[in-house]
Amino acid sequence: MAGSVHLRQHRERWPSLKEIIKISQMADVTITVDGKKVTAPAGTLLIEACKSAGIEVPAFCYYPGLSVQGACRMCLVRIEKMPKLQTACTVPITDGMAVTTDTPEVHQARKATVEILLGNHPLDCPVCDAGGECELQDMTFAYGAAESQYMEAKQHKEEQQWSPVVFFDRPRCILCYRCVRVCGEGMDVWALGVQNRGVTSLIAPNQQDHLECEECGMCIDICPVGALTSGAYRYKTRPWEMNHVGTICTHCGDGCKTTLGVRRSKGGMEIVRGDNRDKSGINGDFLCIKGRYAFDFANSDDRITHPLVRRDGKLVPTSWEQAIDHIADRFKQVRDSQGGSAIGVIGSNRTTNEENYLLQKFARSVLSTNNIDHHRTTDYPAFAKAVAGKQKITATLRETMTAPAILLIGNDPTEQHPLLAWNLRTNLRIHNCRIYIVNSGDIKLRRQARAYAQVPVDGGESSMVQYLAGNDSASSQLLSENLTREALRDFRDKLKSEKELIVIFGSEVRGDDIVTLVNWSSAQGAKFICLGDYSNSRGAADMGLYPDLLPGFTSLSSNSPFTEEYGSSMPRQAGLDIEGMFSAAKSGKLGALYVVGANPVARYNIDPFALKNTFVVVQDMFMTETATTAEVILPAANAYEKAGSYTNTYGDLQLLRKAGDLAGVRTDFELIVRIADRMGVDVHKLIPFGKGLRADMGQSRGAQSGEADQHAVWLTARNLEPKLSPFDPEALLDEIQRLVPGYDFSRLNLFAGGDVHTHAPEFSSISQTPSPESIVPANDTLFTSGTLGRYSHTLNSVIENRRATPVEAEIPAD
Amino acid sequence: MKTLYSPTPLVTHPDEVRIISRRFGQGAQDIDRYIALDGYKAARKALEMQPDDIINEVKASGLRGRGGAGFATGMKWSFIPKQSEAPKYILINGDESEPATCKDRLLAEYDPHAIIEGTLIAGLAVGAKLGFIYLRGEYRYLLEIMEKAVADAYAKGFLGKNIFGSGCEFNILTHTGAGAYEVGEESALMESLEGKRGLPRLKPPFPAIKGLYGGPTVINNVETIATVPPIILNGGKWYASFGPNEKNGGTRLTCLTGHFNKPGVYELPLGYPAKKMIYDVGGGIPNGRKLKAFVPGGSSTFLLTQEEAESATMDYDWFAKRGEFLGSGGVVAIDDQTCMVRVALRIMKFYRHESCGWCIPCREGTDWLEKTLARFHDGGGVHKDIDQILYLANNMAGRTFCALGDAAAFPTISIVKKWRHEFEDHLDGRQCPFEAASREMAIA
Repeated sequence: MAGSVHLRQHRERWPSLKEIIKISQMADVTITVDGKKVTAPAGTLLIEACKSAGIEVPAFCYYPGLSVQGACRMCLVRIEKMPKLQTACTVPITDGMAVTTDTPEVHQARKATVEILLGNHPLDCPVCDAGGECELQDMTFAYGAAESQYMEAKQHKEEQQWSPVVFFDRPRCILCYRCVRVCGEGMDVWALGVQNRGVTSLIAPNQQDHLECEECGMCIDICPVGALTSGAYRYKTRPWEMNHVGTICTHCGDGCKTTLGVRRSKGGMEIVRGDNRDKSGINGDFLCIKGRYAFDFANSDDRITHPLVRRDGKLVPTSWEQAIDHIADRFKQVRDSQGGSAIGVIGSNRTTNEENYLLQKFARSVLSTNNIDHHRTTDYPAFAKAVAGKQKITATLRETMTAPAILLIGNDPTEQHPLLAWNLRTNLRIHNCRIYIVNSGDIKLRRQARAYAQVPVDGGESSMVQYLAGNDSASSQLLSENLTREALRDFRDKLKSEKELIVIFGSEVRGDDIVTLVNWSSAQGAKFICLGDYSNSRGAADMGLYPDLLPGFTSLSSNSPFTEEYGSSMPRQAGLDIEGMFSAAKSGKLGALYVVGANPVARYNIDPFALKNTFVVVQDMFMTETATTAEVILPAANAYEKAGSYTNTYGDLQLLRKAGDLAGVRTDFELIVRIADRMGVDVHKLIPFGKGLRADMGQSRGAQSGEADQHAVWLTARNLEPKLSPFDPEALLDEIQRLVPGYDFSRLNLFAGGDVHTHAPEFSSISQTPSPESIVPANDTLFTSGTLGRYSHTLNSVIENRRATPVEAEIPAD
Repeated sequence: MKTLYSPTPLVTHPDEVRIISRRFGQGAQDIDRYIALDGYKAARKALEMQPDDIINEVKASGLRGRGGAGFATGMKWSFIPKQSEAPKYILINGDESEPATCKDRLLAEYDPHAIIEGTLIAGLAVGAKLGFIYLRGEYRYLLEIMEKAVADAYAKGFLGKNIFGSGCEFNILTHTGAGAYEVGEESALMESLEGKRGLPRLKPPFPAIKGLYGGPTVINNVETIATVPPIILNGGKWYASFGPNEKNGGTRLTCLTGHFNKPGVYELPLGYPAKKMIYDVGGGIPNGRKLKAFVPGGSSTFLLTQEEAESATMDYDWFAKRGEFLGSGGVVAIDDQTCMVRVALRIMKFYRHESCGWCIPCREGTDWLEKTLARFHDGGGVHKDIDQILYLANNMAGRTFCALGDAAAFPTISIVKKWRHEFEDHLDGRQCPFEAASREMAIA
């Protein structure tokens, strides 16, 4: 290849953003733009000042948050007393500046730039992925560069595939360098660079003809034209043919907003795209590979779409009525003959808060059992105990973007919490955050760390917590060639001087260590974040999927509103945890097991034979290891096929919006209600619908036509008012808000699509936290996502492409 | 020592005022010979002076940057902050790439110590301890001479931790480019020196505040810096007296190229009449032809017609009054048998090749201009192309990230405006009327 690729060229190339952002502390100045007075802090970039006054200054290369370039010359404006037109993206405002943005001269300059860009740009808009949402199209429309001025042939180069998800169409590229900057400055990956010069300049990948990177796809979404396209989406549809549904990603515990592009297809809906180009939500414009591409499990051919029941040892399709009747009869039979303690319930890290709440309420008040658990990825109960009664003690995910100092103990956010990693990098770049890291490995965020304490594997983080809290003798477990006594002391001293610290810790820190950590640094005003692995792990914990804890980490033995609400059938003794349930099954004491959206057989390495005498019901999308042991399988909807709320690991609550239906499946919420109904329960008691709540037949959560009618038929058959649905999760959100400590937030922001922070309970009734051994971290990477990830074509193709360990060898579960 | 080059032939003319060329051909590459020819006297003198006095002397000389932009050198030095946390640097721009310009080459070849001495004095004036001499990639063969000169200066104790036994420190490093015109732009020069792509930087911050490696940096052209020692030695007023006024002080090396009978580099005082320069110093136009067009200082300047050229004086003011530029000292005479469309094409070919590609108007504009001019010259032009060429050039002028866009636009605009009839002569599939003669044309 001619020329050479320069990958880190953009580093420190420009006055750093820090210098530009310093302005936030500067005094306000007033400028005039097109006769309008605009007031903003001195030093604000002119383009941003114009934007705040509602005056759009177009730009291809300027992108908020990334270094300024002045390369595309689209933002030229006239500033009084300046001899030439100036680029609004590079000029900081000063008091009294007089600017015009809509003169014929400015219009002509912009038009001329669009014209020469179009000279080499292939006008393949009718087939281009970006057609309809292309900034070059928009600018052509705005400035009317409609006439073709050139006779010469356009430069052409064949399209290249750089990775399973990234394609590059060179002729469409307008060289704005946004991709180069977002990959380098934003992601700290530096996989894209510029090759050659002048009109032959081209964006090039780091490995000659392909990319070796985190496959986040940020470069694709930031591309103003269709030069970088997505392997998952390209040539599939036109933007205006899709519904765009803003919902929450179902993978890790960060809870990014992702806007799904949904199209109708044979089997119902098909998700064809995920992005967050409108920058709404907790994650701004950030998404990792999973948020952007790993929705594709939803359209996997492996989805179960009919209820299955075991006959003569084989699972065969059956009707919903037969399947549900069968389950209800058996549950009733086991409960009434062997007692509720012979039934076990295992919930999910990816079902909604309403579903989790309903599941435990159903278990406790209908099945009369406290044998309820979920796959625990971190020690939320200990965290709840540590922070109880403290004001402003938990930090939101948004705060990690602006906090002046952060201490990260354990975990590898780059792999496990990509949005958190993005926030830390951005915080450092823009606000100069001081990042302190304690880790047993050499994690990538080390590059951003002001101080890094590499501690021994297995227990190093725990010893560090002891040491930080003042136990000097713990240092003996920490010292190594990587960490000297002086470095250790210096690390602690620096942290002591931090007044507005956010302490973030992974599952390495558990039990009493969490209490120690919180007591130590909350004294100096710190806030805390406890990292758990899946999209609603925190919700599962908050909603009481524990054998010994009710929602909000409420002790079973204490008197709480739940005892009254759930009635006398709820036992007051703690139930069995997952391991306990399987031992009980092995010894023939577990008559029935109800597994909702979990794969404990694989995660806990259970011998399926242990379940031979247990009636197993599984609600899932796929024929998982656990599903193969089932007597009855109910095909369940996933997070993109339903409404509800998720709580991310930071305690930020967000609404899930339904993207569409896959024909044949039902939500876990509906299935629990139907089973309860068939067991003869008063559904009103389980779901307090009809207490004056509006019910809109699901339209507000994106229900497809037909769905509402289905409900109407069911309701009418039971002499219920058709305008109120027991399948509406919002009905249960009321009860959650009323009863669950920490969840009495205002619904205004939540229902407007925002995120609301839950708070620490006022007091803790926990006497003893669960054993630290009950926590099994998921250890997912950027390219895995428990059992679910196995069914993502994109994740699989990336893993195969990297010739890494085969997918089967990755740890599965949930 | 293996010699990689053959020495450049030297020319003379009685009107020359030999201040910086006085040691050419005198063996001054040798440090002892340089010392014998008053070498390093100015440096010793500067060591006795206050930094502000050095700067004032340079200000008084009227010396302006010889790279082409013509910024007052003393003023530039005075912008360097006295106190700076970041180290200060002197960067000598020897990326002499302006078409028709070949003066810095002679200085590096015949008088390398003058560059070193000037750099050292600039260091003393602004309080820098390190200077870089950056030679263009194509001048790699001169690096041998430059490096030997630097080594000899170290050996004598003129560079290093204790220069001339004064206790002062000053060091010099040499570096070469990789062949990019754009790197002659001072901020791209810094990028290149720092090991990055040769792309221009945003200004502000200006180099005097935040330049090389983030430190305050003086960037001077080779000829400019070589002029400093005689100024310090003989006084600013003495130097200024050779030019027409204090804003156009002294002399400059003028490179006569193209259709001259006696091409070569001559040191002429500022304000020298262009007519005399063309017909007397340059010996007139060969083959009995007439002058048609005149490039005053490198291809980035507006071209003059014969009448304009013959009334011009070679100083900054004459051109500035017309909104034009004196440029880099690379003077080109173009005879009446040369096709001006082809001149425009040749110039644009250069800028298209050298555009760094950073900003759209220059990257795309130079490309479309070259393509259009090539087609036009080959007889494929249509009438609206002429205005389209002007339109494209006007859309580059003043709108690009750095001055390269201006440099490509200015000559094109002046050619289309002044020789429009020659464009019209190419229309309707006609063959270039100058085809045969223009084969001999040699520009850049």
